[in-house]
Amino acid sequence: MNFDFSEEQQALREQARRLFADGRSRARRLLDSGDAHDASLWTQLVEMGLSAAAIPEPLGGVGLGALELCVVAEEAGRSLAPVPFASSVLYATEALKLAGGAAATRWLPKLADGSAIGTVAFTEGHGTWDARPTARVENGRLFGFKEPVADPAADFAIVSATSKALNGGYDWWLVDLHAEGVVVQAIDTLDCLRRHARIEFDGAPVAALGQLGDGARLASRMLDIAAVLTAFEQLGGAEAQLEACVDYAKTRRAFGSLIGVNQGVKHRLADMYAKIQLARGHCYYAAWALSTTAAQLPLAAAGARLAATDAFSFAAEEAIELHGGIGFTWDNDCHLYYRRARLLALTLGNRSRWSDRLVRALCLRRANASSEAAA
Amino acid sequence: MNFEDSAAEAAYRKQVSAWLAEHAPAWSTAGARRDSEAEIVRLARGWQACKAAAGYVGITWPCEVGGQGGNAIQQVIFSQEEARHRVATMPFQVGMGMCIPTVYSFASHAVAQRYVGPAMRGEEIWCQLFSEPAAGSDLAGIRTRALRDGDRWIVNGQKVWTSWAHHSDYGLLLVRSDAGLPKHKGLTMFYVDMRAPGVDVRQIRGMTGETDFNEVFFTDVVIPDSQRLGDVGQGWKVAMTTLMHERFAIGRPADAPSVDELVALARSVRSSEQTLLDNAAVREAIAGFYVRDAGLDFIRMRVQTSLSKGRAPGPEASVLKLVMAKTRQDIGAFAMDLLESGAIRDTDSTPLDGFRYYQLFAPGLRIAGGTDEILRNIIAERVLGLPPDLRVDRDLPFNALK
Repeated sequence: MNFDFSEEQQALREQARRLFADGRSRARRLLDSGDAHDASLWTQLVEMGLSAAAIPEPLGGVGLGALELCVVAEEAGRSLAPVPFASSVLYATEALKLAGGAAATRWLPKLADGSAIGTVAFTEGHGTWDARPTARVENGRLFGFKEPVADPAADFAIVSATSKALNGGYDWWLVDLHAEGVVVQAIDTLDCLRRHARIEFDGAPVAALGQLGDGARLASRMLDIAAVLTAFEQLGGAEAQLEACVDYAKTRRAFGSLIGVNQGVKHRLADMYAKIQLARGHCYYAAWALSTTAAQLPLAAAGARLAATDAFSFAAEEAIELHGGIGFTWDNDCHLYYRRARLLALTLGNRSRWSDRLVRALCLRRANASSEAAA
Repeated sequence: MNFEDSAAEAAYRKQVSAWLAEHAPAWSTAGARRDSEAEIVRLARGWQACKAAAGYVGITWPCEVGGQGGNAIQQVIFSQEEARHRVATMPFQVGMGMCIPTVYSFASHAVAQRYVGPAMRGEEIWCQLFSEPAAGSDLAGIRTRALRDGDRWIVNGQKVWTSWAHHSDYGLLLVRSDAGLPKHKGLTMFYVDMRAPGVDVRQIRGMTGETDFNEVFFTDVVIPDSQRLGDVGQGWKVAMTTLMHERFAIGRPADAPSVDELVALARSVRSSEQTLLDNAAVREAIAGFYVRDAGLDFIRMRVQTSLSKGRAPGPEASVLKLVMAKTRQDIGAFAMDLLESGAIRDTDSTPLDGFRYYQLFAPGLRIAGGTDEILRNIIAERVLGLPPDLRVDRDLPFNALK
């Protein structure tokens, strides 16, 4: 039994933690500047090889696996560092690896060396990444819109769209966001640190990804992959808020003693700790399933998604409560985590959706177990 | 990451599982009713002796006291494999888990020699006499007093919630030896012969209907000073050592119904064209139970990883009992809810039986070995480092407390 990250992976975590150490002050500066993201931190991240981490070596990457990506995601989530790490490294890169094909081979080296930033654009104002698109491709050109698209300053987006060649199915396509026929319109969103946009496509040229008509299968698989990686981001955020609460409970005084003396405070923080430990267990299992492409991935991903969403939501909500009035102010970081917790809870779909995926996976596991027993 | 045993662990598991397959069936409780206590004790004694003869008792105990000198991961592996068989271990859990390690840690070599072997072989059963009617969570508030009389002590008072006392030969007894000192400082630990004059054991019927715990009255019970464990006034320290031994108890409750069984139950209830498993609220609840139940398994795997690397379990182990007990309660109630009025009638041997039992048993789980509230305090204070509760009685002489 070795249900833990290796020493090398822990060393990578330390490296990432140092890189993101001043993430929150950088986030504050970004709020004021209105920039797309912190370009200098992004450059450092690329130089450290983090954008190339999980890209295969023949495509200019470092060739590390999902486990390495997970530990870095946790540190990114802890810090709120304002870089397009999730959009480009966790989502676009993994989506290209999943879909494969000529366009993926062309763009992955650019993601690795930092000459391109990617994002994903699967939703059209409702649902989540497996929503059936109305955007359509005609003669290699994309028409329609996507909203909300995170990190729209990216160089390309992976979009879902139907095409005439298909009978009811849809595909994934890669669209260069600097191309003609792309109109990016910034929108205000819940999480003011992660930029979003509505993007209109009016004949933008696209390249096909993966197999024709394979969009629904790719989307479902991508939801599992993204759920695992995002769960680590959520885990890091929850840990950061627990730490902030513990620090505050150990310094803030009321009624003649530290507020941490009170069981009303202690017990809520103990519950926060327990939820985080459950989430950490699920995250580790999901990381293992992702890294070994195990058949258990759908179950593991759904478990991690639900546990981590629960832990981060609880931590973010209760952190504001524990801090009292100061926690409600704009200048306190609690609301930044609260906003991030809500964004991450919404982005990949809600509790009901993931509960459904989880129960489906449980039933499948049961069916497989009994058919194995029968054989 | 991997879930495989190391080569040494795999070899040990193979050896253990082969041995269990050969010997456990003879002591199976599969045919015994949950309430047929005498039969269960008989089977448990036989099974204990069988394990002891093969060297599977006291796996982590030092060789010089008769243990196997093994490591914690071997104990975990044995317990995991043993849990695959329906054998009774309950009457010996307190003795093996807490009493005997305390005896050999604090008693003379000769005393340890006398007691360790018979307990290992199932010849003598031990109980733990800590809690009292007025001192449960606040254990240091016990009132059972011991007065010194030369080289012996005279004990008067009452203990309660003493599991298996009515079958026990000996008990680990925490008493107040000096009421003039603050509460934690005036305590002393002894072991006591449960058949000594003045020891009166009365069974208590718990809310499940089972009678495995007791209240124990002490009236002028004479205990030789040679039965003292640790120094006079060091009883709190000894008690904390005893409770530390509980930490390796990381197994899941052996007969608790699984989430898979909950899925099957939900699928078995039809309403018009659908089953209850098709209901979104039911699916959401089941997913929530899976998150907690499987999450506990993953925490256990992290603990096992620490033990496998020769390290102490990490702080995450502290949430196991807290989350497990309430989860069992919630799963039990939810399963009953699925059947509505169909769950009211008590019947044995239906898929609902285990859920019904845990619904009634879980309130006890939430109290035994530390209430939910005490466990939250422990997590907050020892793991998160929050300041201790204000304890107004901590430094006052015990006999000055109101």
